[in-house]
Amino acid sequence: MEGDLAHIGAGLAAIGSGAAAIGVGHVAGNFLSGALRNPSAAAGQTATLFIGIAFAEALGIFAFLVALLLMFAV
Amino acid sequence: MSEEAQEQTHGEAAGYGEAGHGAEGGLQIHPMDQFIIQPLFGDGPVAWYTPTNATLWMALAIIAVVILMVMGTRGRAIVPSRAQSVAELTYGFIRKMVEDVAGKDALVFFPYIMTLFLFILMANFLGLIPMSFTTTSHIAVTAILALAVFITVTVVGFVKNGAAFLGLFWVSSAPAPLRPVLAIIELISYFVRPVSHSIRLAGNVMAGHAVIKVFAGFAGVLGIGAVAPVVAITAVYGLEVLVSFIQAYVFTILTCVYLRDALHPSH
Repeated sequence: MEGDLAHIGAGLAAIGSGAAAIGVGHVAGNFLSGALRNPSAAAGQTATLFIGIAFAEALGIFAFLVALLLMFAV
Repeated sequence: MSEEAQEQTHGEAAGYGEAGHGAEGGLQIHPMDQFIIQPLFGDGPVAWYTPTNATLWMALAIIAVVILMVMGTRGRAIVPSRAQSVAELTYGFIRKMVEDVAGKDALVFFPYIMTLFLFILMANFLGLIPMSFTTTSHIAVTAILALAVFITVTVVGFVKNGAAFLGLFWVSSAPAPLRPVLAIIELISYFVRPVSHSIRLAGNVMAGHAVIKVFAGFAGVLGIGAVAPVVAITAVYGLEVLVSFIQAYVFTILTCVYLRDALHPSH
């Protein structure tokens, strides 16, 4: 294996996926706890849930992109 | 073997050849090989007019949309057939989303948003067929979609509101000293929109397909006794069906959110 610093950097960038996982779990968990308290209001907020998840996930995808760039473009 | 070598020269022609994969060690199926753009007929340089596998699968996505929507609603039966009820449910779903998220006056843009949703959904679903090509996994494709949304939203914002559209960046409900700082943040977040909008879709789809191919590589290494990788592929594939729908949904709902900002820029 001719591993160089770019590969180490790509591995470090993959930590960002875990950080995004925390964010997405936070959004979904809070939605669920709110939805169980007031189930009648939950249906109207699923769109907001997905928007929140999308924003949280986007930054994890950026980390994935950095990893890809380090693996294949640098 | 010769096929693999030929594929590698294709990859080098497409600019993806530096991955350094091959027979020596590692996985036999490289997870990124599925995203190589190849010309449909013969091999040679890819120009903008060359019919490639990407253009083929984009055309197939459009044909799938036409089959679902035009053929499905041709009968216009009172008791709908299966295809007709799918078409009607999709129509009602997107129409309600535009109305709820972007407001009643955004229904002018409903055909555009419906087109976006159906194209992305069909491209994602067709990409899940084994040996097919996922057009939405390429940032080049999603960036065009996102840039079109960005330019549309910006033009609509200025046409509808004039200079008042700049009020989007000036948070009047915040304390006065904070407003210039917030204006800079809002400005940056506005221009990052097309980047995150496109990379979210392409990144999710590409990551999922690469994961499937990584497990396929494990199965190739283990040979006939590869039960765990096949189970994992099945599970990830199920997840990918879900992700395909959710990412098409997220792309369209974010378009609606941006459109709402353009039509009603006040904070």
